[in-house]
Amino acid sequence: MAKVRQSGLKKSAAADRMAWVAQVEAIRDRQDQAAFAELFGHFAPRVKAFLMKSGASPELAEECTQEVMTTLWRKAHMFDPAKASVSTWIFTVARNRKIDILRKERRPEPEDLPWGPEAEPEQGEAMVLQQETRKLGQAIADLPDKQKDLILKAYYGELSHSEIAEQTGLPLGTIKSRIRLALDRLRRQMK
Amino acid sequence: MSREITHHLTDALLMGYSAGVLPEAFNIIVAAHVSMCDECRARLAEFDAVGGEVVAMTETAEMAPDSLSRTLAAIADAPADANDAQEEHAAQGDAGGLPRPVRDYIGGDLQTVKWRRVGGGVRQAILPTSANASARLLHIPAGCAVPDHGHAGTELTLVLQGAFRDDTDRFGAGDIEVADEDLDHQPVAEEGVDCICLAATDAPLKFNSMLPKLAQPFLRI
Repeated sequence: MAKVRQSGLKKSAAADRMAWVAQVEAIRDRQDQAAFAELFGHFAPRVKAFLMKSGASPELAEECTQEVMTTLWRKAHMFDPAKASVSTWIFTVARNRKIDILRKERRPEPEDLPWGPEAEPEQGEAMVLQQETRKLGQAIADLPDKQKDLILKAYYGELSHSEIAEQTGLPLGTIKSRIRLALDRLRRQMK
Repeated sequence: MSREITHHLTDALLMGYSAGVLPEAFNIIVAAHVSMCDECRARLAEFDAVGGEVVAMTETAEMAPDSLSRTLAAIADAPADANDAQEEHAAQGDAGGLPRPVRDYIGGDLQTVKWRRVGGGVRQAILPTSANASARLLHIPAGCAVPDHGHAGTELTLVLQGAFRDDTDRFGAGDIEVADEDLDHQPVAEEGVDCICLAATDAPLKFNSMLPKLAQPFLRI
């Protein structure tokens, strides 16, 4: 059994967010192994714990985490910091891998938006989204324990769809509102 | 894709899709609606962001000592993935009306669907999914009704073409109706264009053939 320890939520977090983005870009632009090692050191132990909480054995979680981190390297060119934070992106990769491995199912994904001529990533937009995502994380961390536990349980796969539907008290509307604004801005630009 | 979409996914469905706890049949319909609906695409991005923060605040598990070096070795074996963007773009090209997640499950476009008659002019085609819920395409000729039916569980109906009305409202292309056991309804396709829907239900399924109206009250199909 692998050891699991509490990490707590540290906040040099604002700078961290853009640093993670820069690390993904370093992987994309110059196959930077040092940048990869930094990301690996931070995210791999969390992804592994997430997969174990979702029902994977330590061995399977280890293997699956290595695959998730390999995907991060291989798909670095697909990452768009104006659309998602690095943690969001890693979560979606890990979740899809989890469905694939634990449930042995296909994961239907939405069709990508038809992008026009390749748009130059907008640094300002990326910054806003990264900051708002950090605030979202803080807002979740600040929730009363009972509500926070419900959200964690939902994402660890411990609640069924109908159990989620029964949780009328989830304060998601308020904590998500700011990131929503950032995404709305983005959508208007794409039209 | 800008359409007038007025019926959207619920928060519970978006969160369930994001968390990965929905049955495969529901995942198809959520992915298809999001493909057609910018509003729900943005809402889904929010739920994915919540998931990212959950991972970020999760306790850490100890990695194997050689974890990083093994990952780097795997990367060295298959480093590049540069063609993905182009391939994915090419795959978008043959749009042809249906959202991509639906095309993926049909294995082509509407012309490739192998329809089966289920009575009253209505035809269906079941999509291959895991057994805990089922997904089917329904073809309802313009002006025709799907026989009155109740629901044992949750039924999601996404309109892909045309429109239908039932006791609750009108549903046009891109609209999704979320129905539970409280709803008894009789969807009727609008005049003009045949209505094509994607429907998914997690009820134990006895819907392979429409039964004579007489039997329905007893069987609750």
